[in-house]
Amino acid sequence: MMKIAVLIKQVPGSESPLSIADSNVWLDEEKVAYIMNESDNYALEEALLLKEGTQDCEVVVVSLGPERVKKIIREGLAKGADRGMHLNINSNDVTDPLSIAKIFADALKSENFDLILSGLQSDDLGHGQTGIIIGELLKMSTGSLAVSTKLDGDQIAIKQEMEAGFFQNVRMSLPASITIQSGLNTPRYPSLKGIMGAKKKEIKTLDIDSSDQKLKISKLYLPSSSNEITMIDGSPDQIVENLVKVFKSEIKI
Amino acid sequence: MDFILDNQQELVKKTAREFANDILRPGVIERDEKSLFPKNEIIQMGELGFMGMMVPEKFGGSGLDTLSYCLALEEISKVDASVGVIMSVNNSLVCNLLYKYGNEYQKNTFLPKLASGKSLGSFSLSEPQSGSDASNMKTFARRESSDFVINGTKNWVTNGTSSDIVILLCLTKKNVGYKGISAFIVEKTFDGLTTGNKENKLGIRGSDTCEIYFDNCKVPSKNLIETEGEGFRIALDILNGGRIGIATQALGIAQESLDRSIQYAKEREQFGKSISDFGIIQSKIANMAIKNEASRLLIHKAAILKDKGLEFSKEASMAKHFSSEAAMSNALECVQIFGGYGYVKETGVERLIRDAKITQIYEGTSEIQEKVIAKSLLKGD
Ligand SMILES: Cc1cc2nc3c(=O)[nH]c(=O)nc-3n(C[C@H](O)[C@H](O)[C@H](O)COP(=O)(O)OP(=O)(O)OC[C@H]3O[C@@H](n4cnc5c(N)ncnc54)[C@H](O)[C@@H]3O)c2cc1C
Repeated sequence: MMKIAVLIKQVPGSESPLSIADSNVWLDEEKVAYIMNESDNYALEEALLLKEGTQDCEVVVVSLGPERVKKIIREGLAKGADRGMHLNINSNDVTDPLSIAKIFADALKSENFDLILSGLQSDDLGHGQTGIIIGELLKMSTGSLAVSTKLDGDQIAIKQEMEAGFFQNVRMSLPASITIQSGLNTPRYPSLKGIMGAKKKEIKTLDIDSSDQKLKISKLYLPSSSNEITMIDGSPDQIVENLVKVFKSEIKI
Repeated sequence: MDFILDNQQELVKKTAREFANDILRPGVIERDEKSLFPKNEIIQMGELGFMGMMVPEKFGGSGLDTLSYCLALEEISKVDASVGVIMSVNNSLVCNLLYKYGNEYQKNTFLPKLASGKSLGSFSLSEPQSGSDASNMKTFARRESSDFVINGTKNWVTNGTSSDIVILLCLTKKNVGYKGISAFIVEKTFDGLTTGNKENKLGIRGSDTCEIYFDNCKVPSKNLIETEGEGFRIALDILNGGRIGIATQALGIAQESLDRSIQYAKEREQFGKSISDFGIIQSKIANMAIKNEASRLLIHKAAILKDKGLEFSKEASMAKHFSSEAAMSNALECVQIFGGYGYVKETGVERLIRDAKITQIYEGTSEIQEKVIAKSLLKGD
């Protein structure tokens, strides 16, 4: 049987109010409206499509976080994943990609997944490393920024997005951990039957010890904004010249 | 009593909201303007399970309760009230009637397709001379060996031209009043059934409403629901549930009116400030929100009573009356807040007034709801 894990993270929605908590190191969670991280949703869809094209295949959605993340696990199950794993930590303390990846690697090891799919980055922390480090820790092939995937026996072929509009086709042997770029498919809506059926699917909870971590947020703050306006006068040529100077030396584009 | 939605209900609501915004919103103004039936959209809704939400899975439905249905229908109607009524008629009237009153043959034959959106149903009670006084109908089904032969004209049939199946209420016995009314499942392909032109309506222009003519239309007796003479009782019972659906459609319109008002009031500046800083605008917004909250509570109460198998007809009438009046009043206020920009089609809020109006008329006018409510309060036993 082909076993695919999809790592899904619950992040603040883009329309959610974001106010900084009194601790000054994280958001005031009470006020946040959470959603499934965008690229994880594409990774989930990709996994479900692979499942539909493969004879005997199981998709497991895995999320790390407090109790509230069960909501997106259920959403994944409603869309068609077979079971869920909740890696339960009490807080948002663990923020460095290596610690996060170690937690996942430990939890996923015994499952022997053939494929781990994750979004290319989380929309809150945006490290963009977790999926790749997990692959390394589990001695899997790794690929990042996939814009298409195709299973072929014990290999997977992916098209990767590179810098400056370049693409690269790569083929690697399973097991593999691949991060998925947003937009490569059209994520489905869960059907109502799927929503009903999700209740009967298993969610296994593993309690995680979050004491070992390499990185800590010391302060979270909004950049101060100022409304300074500099007028650039002169002939069109002078304006262009001065504007380029501003871009180069002051704004540093 | 708690008013907190559970995980599953929230996911139903979220799915409906996302579907409505992604799939229904882009074409809503065009469908209204050109009176286009949302055919592909309804097929997709069927695939997701929105067309037979309360039908158990074994008959092809989603097996959800009435409350979940209301959550989804509100989100759909918020974006497109035409889709709302198409969904409401198929779910509340057609599927519910077949599931509750159909025999095994009828349920097995018709429900799986209707509940999954593979076919569409309509519910035909009204006639040109009998609207509020629905039992005063003339369409007559004469028994002929093992068939019925139907003659007459029905009108105002929602989904009339697009449906595959019509639940028809007509007489099988004359001069005995409502006791002569029976309910039939009529397939649109039966000989002797023709549909009239789509009505050119004020609102809900995406839904198709038409007359249906019966000219010696032969219907096999296995398509008779329950027994002769039971039709009116069945129709009234099912219309109670229908009223929860229309109340919810109205709430969707009322909520869209509020949401659009809040958004616009914050954007629009006059006299050097946001119009949302004016007390009069704030008062309008507060009053709209109060009406929506009250509508929602009335609707959810009726839905929960229905799910528990308790009497809910008075509550459904109250919900429909209150929500449809709220929809009309909120839609008018919304256009008022938009000023001149509300009076043109591009902003898409004038449609809310036109769509809201029907909710005070069909499945029992507001006057008839008052009659039902008063009768239930005054009946002395
Ligand atoms: C767009 C649309 C879709 C419809 N869809 C369907 C459908 O799918 N199936 C179906 O069977 N029907 C449908 N109808 C019919 C609808 O249910 C009737 O129009 C409605 O019941 C009112 O009947 P009427 O139009 O004959 O008005 P009337 O009954 O003639 O009423 C006229 C006015 O008199 C008032 N009135 C009537 N009786 C009383 C009374 N006793 N006390 C006080 N006031 C009273 C009414 O409230 C109204 O204000 C639809 C109608 C429309 C416009």
